[in-house]
Amino acid sequence: MRFARFLVVAAVAICLSTVTNSAEERLLKVVGPWEIGGIDPAQSGYIFSRLQVAETLVSADPTGKLIPALAEQWSASEDGLAWRFTIRADATFHDGTPVTAEAAAASLRRAQAGVGVLTQVPISEIAAEGRDVVVRLEKPFAALPAYLVNFGNIILAPASYDASGKVTKIIGSGPYKVKSLTPPLKLELENSGNWWGGAPEISEVSYLAVGQGETRALMAESGEADLVFSMLPVSVERLKRNPKLDVKIATIPRTRILKVNAASPFFDDVEERRAISYAIDRAGIAKAILRNPDLDATQLFPPALAGWHVSDLPPLERNLDAARRLLAEAGWEPGSDGILGQDGERFSVTLLTYSNWPELPPIATALQAQLREVGIDVEVSVGNSSEIPSRHRDGTLEMALISRLYSIVPDPTGTLLQDYGPEGSEWGAMGWSSDELLVLVDKLVATSDSQERAPLQRRAIELLQEELPSIPITWSELAIVANQRIAGVQVDPLEVNYGLASIRWAD
Amino acid sequence: MRRFLLARLVQAGVVAVVVGTLCFVLMRVLPGDAAMRIAAGRYGPDAMIAGAAEKVRQELGLDQPWPVQFLEWLANLVRFDLGHSLVTGAPVIEELKVQLGASLWLAAAALLLSLLIGPAIGIVSGLRPNGWADRLGLAGSVTLRALPPFMLGLILMLVFAIWLGWLPPAGFGSWRELALPSLTLALGLAAVSSRVTREAIATVAKAPYFAFARHKGLPEAAVVRRHGLRNAAIPVVSYLGLQAIYLVEGVVVVESILAYPGIGHALVHAIVERDIPMVQGTALAMGLIFVAVTAGVDAASAWLDPRLRRA
Repeated sequence: MRFARFLVVAAVAICLSTVTNSAEERLLKVVGPWEIGGIDPAQSGYIFSRLQVAETLVSADPTGKLIPALAEQWSASEDGLAWRFTIRADATFHDGTPVTAEAAAASLRRAQAGVGVLTQVPISEIAAEGRDVVVRLEKPFAALPAYLVNFGNIILAPASYDASGKVTKIIGSGPYKVKSLTPPLKLELENSGNWWGGAPEISEVSYLAVGQGETRALMAESGEADLVFSMLPVSVERLKRNPKLDVKIATIPRTRILKVNAASPFFDDVEERRAISYAIDRAGIAKAILRNPDLDATQLFPPALAGWHVSDLPPLERNLDAARRLLAEAGWEPGSDGILGQDGERFSVTLLTYSNWPELPPIATALQAQLREVGIDVEVSVGNSSEIPSRHRDGTLEMALISRLYSIVPDPTGTLLQDYGPEGSEWGAMGWSSDELLVLVDKLVATSDSQERAPLQRRAIELLQEELPSIPITWSELAIVANQRIAGVQVDPLEVNYGLASIRWAD
Repeated sequence: MRRFLLARLVQAGVVAVVVGTLCFVLMRVLPGDAAMRIAAGRYGPDAMIAGAAEKVRQELGLDQPWPVQFLEWLANLVRFDLGHSLVTGAPVIEELKVQLGASLWLAAAALLLSLLIGPAIGIVSGLRPNGWADRLGLAGSVTLRALPPFMLGLILMLVFAIWLGWLPPAGFGSWRELALPSLTLALGLAAVSSRVTREAIATVAKAPYFAFARHKGLPEAAVVRRHGLRNAAIPVVSYLGLQAIYLVEGVVVVESILAYPGIGHALVHAIVERDIPMVQGTALAMGLIFVAVTAGVDAASAWLDPRLRRA
């Protein structure tokens, strides 16, 4: 009996203490799917950059236009071989030390020696001269400022590193500083008090990583989270009907593509790749799995990606007769079981995919059923994402369904440079290369004038559409749910910065 | 007593070596390139990982022959050094402190809740076998045990977080976040422990000494307290050891669904990312907890039942 009384008293005490706690502080609660695996910028720099803990020299606005961040201005020398980035005078790290050109150069040198995007830039030296970070290049590379937007190039205070150069804590320069970090799931932030852009509207933020999409939806519905990122398509309709929530959707530069091995007898002929493309019911997949028929990828990039969508290009669409005709022309004859064959070989391939994105396996099985209609036998294998680069390298990959991000740097040129080089690439072409495309991408990398770039971009897209080294399936969107308690939420399709500092309480 | 402790210590040592070796061998025979997997685990599925994998291979010495790697692990284990996580780079022991701590809180809360629910229902059912309470208890127990933990978790989230709005559906840090995952596990545990208690109480209730206590005129409450509970507790306590298995299985699922940073969540990620030191460390911690739990159960049984001590 005494024990029971103790339990009741304890329960009441706990209830009272939490009620008073929650009245004291008003925390902006953010939920997203991304876990904080390790704190190295190459690993989870995107979390610290999106949540405005750490900053890069250059940033990008939601339209992709480059804007000053830690560097207030930048310029290139006449020959394009030296770039100067001037660090703003009023920037301070969270430990109180000023952001100097030396500190910035040290962070960038570390990034260049690592595994991030900066390794692809032909850099010969990164030095500090007065308030300027000077980057010297081996050959002109106009896209350098765009490359500096990438989260791997965040600038950290010298005290963030240990003697061996390993990052031991995140000391950035943004409006929020790290209050506590419980890897891999929780990060608590507070007003850093000395951001050059002024004080954030809400001074305390907590970020919780929730891997399950259903759980994230429930977090939004129960009002336990103010801002939830990356909702599953199946939850979006339900959340839109909730009067307490605002659902915001942006088309993001991420396309699900079918990577095919153009060196294999199944896909070496462009007619075969076109036939596969004709066999795919993109609109059906977009409608049934992604719940949005507009995501049907009629070309590589969606209309929202200005300058990279060619509106008068003949769209990729389903046409089973054309698919069968092209396959017959390429020498594939239906066998007794309906599966195509040529010289005794059956058209039977393995489609690899992975479950980091929950929609990939169902799309893969839809493709399996659709390709079966034209006599192609597909076996779906869902594995670890590393299997695709690994099988790309040993040449055994036949087909893979992948989700490719084209804003690794704000401009898709960076990804095209990676994916369609002379030897192809793990997330791009396999057994295919085009001299014309190489020249186009080289020119795109060397120039930043949009007038000059427009025809080059157009031709690159046309070429990829004609040759189909990888076959676009669907575009992607990012769904964000905000509780109506908060105002000022913006969706950044490039996912560079979530702009938490300008979110305020609605009441 | 000293012999008991010594035997358990030896057992713990054997478990440590067997678990570590098994993990090492199993992770080796899995298909796929370990460096590639670790690189994918570190840098995510958008990164170019083939180049990163080469750096990982050199950094971690994955190109060394496996006997060298295994002996290194064993030598470190003797010095109580579990190594560093291949993915996060943090010492395994630090990660375990956080994750194991979180899971122990969860397991303890679940066990406590299940002990409040299960045996109480079991006693009420067992005292009137086949009465309405017994039948209701049986139906509830079958339903709850048949539901996989992830279903139960989602149902509880819907009820307590969405309809009632009392508790957060996920997260961790205070008792409010602990409530749903521990209740999910506790209901699964109580489903079985209530039936075990019911059987034990029913057996005791039929025993001659129980009838004698009633005949001599003791009030029902005193009969149950003095003669019923301790006797019935013996099978229930031994069963608790077995329930540790259910807890481990449940913790893995429940932690993933409810975004709780425990050892189950860590183990799943470590296996996917081929983080061998983390898998070994986590499995080792789980194995040692098993040894500790069974030792605790044995000690408790010996205290409850003097006959065991004389044997």
